[in-house]
Amino acid sequence: MASSLDISGDFPILVRQVNGQPLTYLDSAATTQKPQAVIDAIRRYYEHYNANVHRAAHLLADEATAAMEAARAKVASLIGAGEARELIFTRGTTEGINLAAACLTDRFEPGDEVLITEMEHHSNIVPWQLLCQRSGAALTACRVTPSGEIDLEDFHAKLGPRTKLVALGHVSNALGTVNPVAELVEAAHRQGALALIDGAQAVQHLDVDVGRLGCDFYAFSAHKLFGPTGIGALYGKAALLEDLPPYQGGGEMIEHVSIERTTYNQLPYKFEAGTPNIAGAIGFGAAVDYFSDLPCQALREREAALVNQAVSHLKQIPGVRMVGEPRERASVVSFLIDGGHPHDFGTLLDQQGIAVRTGHHCAMPLMERLGIPGTIRASFALYNSATDVERLVAGVEKAIEFV
Amino acid sequence: MDLDEIREAFAFFDGWEDKYRFVIDLGKDLPNLNDAHKVPANLVRGCQSQVWLLTELRGGRMRFAIDSDAQIVRGLIAIILTVFQDRTPHEVRAFDIEGLFAELELIKHLTPTRGNGLRAMVARIHQEAERTALD
Repeated sequence: MASSLDISGDFPILVRQVNGQPLTYLDSAATTQKPQAVIDAIRRYYEHYNANVHRAAHLLADEATAAMEAARAKVASLIGAGEARELIFTRGTTEGINLAAACLTDRFEPGDEVLITEMEHHSNIVPWQLLCQRSGAALTACRVTPSGEIDLEDFHAKLGPRTKLVALGHVSNALGTVNPVAELVEAAHRQGALALIDGAQAVQHLDVDVGRLGCDFYAFSAHKLFGPTGIGALYGKAALLEDLPPYQGGGEMIEHVSIERTTYNQLPYKFEAGTPNIAGAIGFGAAVDYFSDLPCQALREREAALVNQAVSHLKQIPGVRMVGEPRERASVVSFLIDGGHPHDFGTLLDQQGIAVRTGHHCAMPLMERLGIPGTIRASFALYNSATDVERLVAGVEKAIEFV
Repeated sequence: MDLDEIREAFAFFDGWEDKYRFVIDLGKDLPNLNDAHKVPANLVRGCQSQVWLLTELRGGRMRFAIDSDAQIVRGLIAIILTVFQDRTPHEVRAFDIEGLFAELELIKHLTPTRGNGLRAMVARIHQEAERTALD
């Protein structure tokens, strides 16, 4: 493998040992590791220009505000948003979806429907259930096929004139399925419905362009893109955001307040009440800088090759059963092993220094549809190597000897 | 197998492989709970593995029947039962189970990560012991 494609050296944690073994980190769908550049950017902010943003009349505040707004512009540009004001900073994907659901509630009434799929992360299910409880609308879920893809026929059957919103994951966190979201967004729009995309698992692995996707909202997190936890973004089309009521009330989101009446700040601040996660936003910007400087195309091809290798090697091990065999897959390999519970194998892999996740991956309806309690999930990032695949395969072979 | 025998076995282990083979073997010897008892009321919910727990008081001593769908968890249950089975509620409450798991270098299984069924199970056993002691 060409050394220019090995970026693992940028991530200080990856030289760590766990349980006396070198670390093979295959849990990047849960969170990615952070490069030195991101760690340094956060540290630099606190050491040199920590101040509250958008308000004070002093230099530190000017610098902090400039850095935070520069980060917003970088993140907006990463996903092809036309304007930085369409990019609301949130705590993460979950808050982004909750924000959209909270602010859209008034547009729903009994008889209206929200259409999701059985593949969604709980973060793209529960906020819509709450919206339905508040508004009297109904939640409908489109079926998933045994290979782990959206059943398109069922999607089109369930999408109708009553559908007011379609909420879809771009990439399944449990199976790695890449969904044909552009096509489904277009179908939603033809029915007059809005479309929200949960992009948590997509931004690292795919070129995301909200203009091309046509979606009305796109929610994602920094921490799955080499950035810090506790910060994410919700993209929304400017005209739509202008039209929505605010999310939370407080400082920062107002233009003028009297006891009788408040007028709200312009976009995106209308949706950002309170002192924001400034360090997080700056770290997010640094992560986008780091990411944008990478030879992404080549790294993604290499990652896809590693994922394919992992799938084909694991499949050859007697007793291993793949969960989900989508035509297009990103990052995630989910599987089961006969004779043991996923949790047993998670423990036995951990003892060998291999970090995977086991369980239902916050997608209980999907597990129910597939008739399984959970899976063992190995998820790759751009910093993984062929050694990680070899260690995973050898680790699984060894773990099988135990049960 | 009693606690002394388990301690003795652990003292001889050379690395994680011996230890986990032993734990898994202990789990294989743990009696299975009848499916009729594997009902939601007896379930100790955990994100990653499920544990079912039944308790009763017989002659002032606590009797437990516990099962899990994960083999390593079953082995750890077997270890826990060597110190909890047939003891008085007072003895159950007084025993330092975390100390034992630290000594055996199994403490990560009792740490408060999300969905740790085993930790929830120990908490439920302590609750039962407390409740029984009050009756």
